[in-house]
Amino acid sequence: MKFDVVYMITVVMPQLIWAIPLTLFLTITSGVIGNLLAVPVALARLSLNPILWAPARLFILTMRGTPLLVQLYFIYYGLGQLIPGWMMREFTFLRDGIWYAIFAFSINTAGYTGEILRGAILAVPHGEIEAARAFGMSRSQVFWRVTLPRAIRICLPTMSSETILLLKATSLASLVTVYELMGTATTIRVDTYRVYDTLIGAGIVYFTIVYGLTRVLDWLERRLNKDRLAMPSGTKAVARA
Amino acid sequence: MSLAWGDSGYGDEFFWGVCNTLLISVCGYAIALVIGMLGAWAKLCHIKALNRAGDVYTTVVRSVPELLLILLIFYAGMSALTRLLIGLGLAEEGLQLNPMAGVITALSLVYGAYLTDVLRGGIQAVAKGQIEAAKAYGMHATMRFVRILFPQMIRFALPGMSNQWLNITKDSALVSVVGVIELVQVGRSAANSTKHFVFYYGVTGLIYLALTICSLILLGRLEKRANRGVRRA
Repeated sequence: MKFDVVYMITVVMPQLIWAIPLTLFLTITSGVIGNLLAVPVALARLSLNPILWAPARLFILTMRGTPLLVQLYFIYYGLGQLIPGWMMREFTFLRDGIWYAIFAFSINTAGYTGEILRGAILAVPHGEIEAARAFGMSRSQVFWRVTLPRAIRICLPTMSSETILLLKATSLASLVTVYELMGTATTIRVDTYRVYDTLIGAGIVYFTIVYGLTRVLDWLERRLNKDRLAMPSGTKAVARA
Repeated sequence: MSLAWGDSGYGDEFFWGVCNTLLISVCGYAIALVIGMLGAWAKLCHIKALNRAGDVYTTVVRSVPELLLILLIFYAGMSALTRLLIGLGLAEEGLQLNPMAGVITALSLVYGAYLTDVLRGGIQAVAKGQIEAAKAYGMHATMRFVRILFPQMIRFALPGMSNQWLNITKDSALVSVVGVIELVQVGRSAANSTKHFVFYYGVTGLIYLALTICSLILLGRLEKRANRGVRRA
């Protein structure tokens, strides 16, 4: 077992680069579904009705209190077993690990982001909601036009780092036969017995994607906060409150 | 589908799995704290090269999946250590190291990076005047650290440290990929040999949940204790 830079760049890297789209697909799909699901989770968690908040709390606790790996195995093997045989034969896509992985990552993200969003909704300044009410907006109008957009802005930095964590977590999909970046690296590693070339190569690719994604998310954050950044520095602290 | 003790069920296997998970997490976390302290010191000291090295360490670890890092450090660490022991004549050819040591090293190096930033934040949150006052009293560096900086720093760093503890117990599940017997590995072998996947993975998940809840209760008490001298707003 030796480390060979030339081998890594000429043989390993090209194969890994072809796996990048799948890793990004996993990240984006689960990110979008998970963040959309996070809105009802956060709302249920904030509700005063125990029929709503109790399951939401339990859901968040389960998602945050158990390893993603166990959730993934539970869904892939457990759910896969519960699906009746004729459905497996009829819908061949159900045999593909990728949908189970997306399902697991989505609900996991929903749990984590739901809790973050809850905090952000509570942090929306009361005056803004009162102002919206004073304009005669209905409850749902206040939520969709004032509370939610404001809350998303508040938790955007946390959501960015959650997205990076999600991208890294998609490497677990390799354990349920999805040939994304990590899965491809593992396949090469097992076939060639070259541990360092493949793992370091994959590490470099991940590092590059994360770096790029951080840049994109920073840009998004700046863009969504344009009006606040354009204000004179003296008023900034007030606007942020 | 049974959790009985002994040959008829998986009760004892799960028990030893929990013990190993706790052993890996506790040892990994303890070493990670030492690495984190050194890292925080490296990032805050006056030597530029050490600052840079600290930054590179935390940035790289933060941007690469834990699964990959654990595999890489495990394989690299194990083979380097084996070669070293054979080279020194302390062991014979064909030596098999205990994989437990390998995964603890891997986890502690990963979490050392996260704790570096947590502890650095804690150090920076201590008011400058406190250190200046300690200097004015004529305390030397060690005493300043032990009596002034450390007790206050821990208070600020505790929430972050709690989070990383919760994360390391969960990430210790990843070491099952290199075949170390811990909770997930036990759950998997039980599920694979009986085909009761829902039940055994469910049990595994519930044990982790119990660990998390116990940790949360203990950490909450610890935080209260650390903040006992502070007036609440």
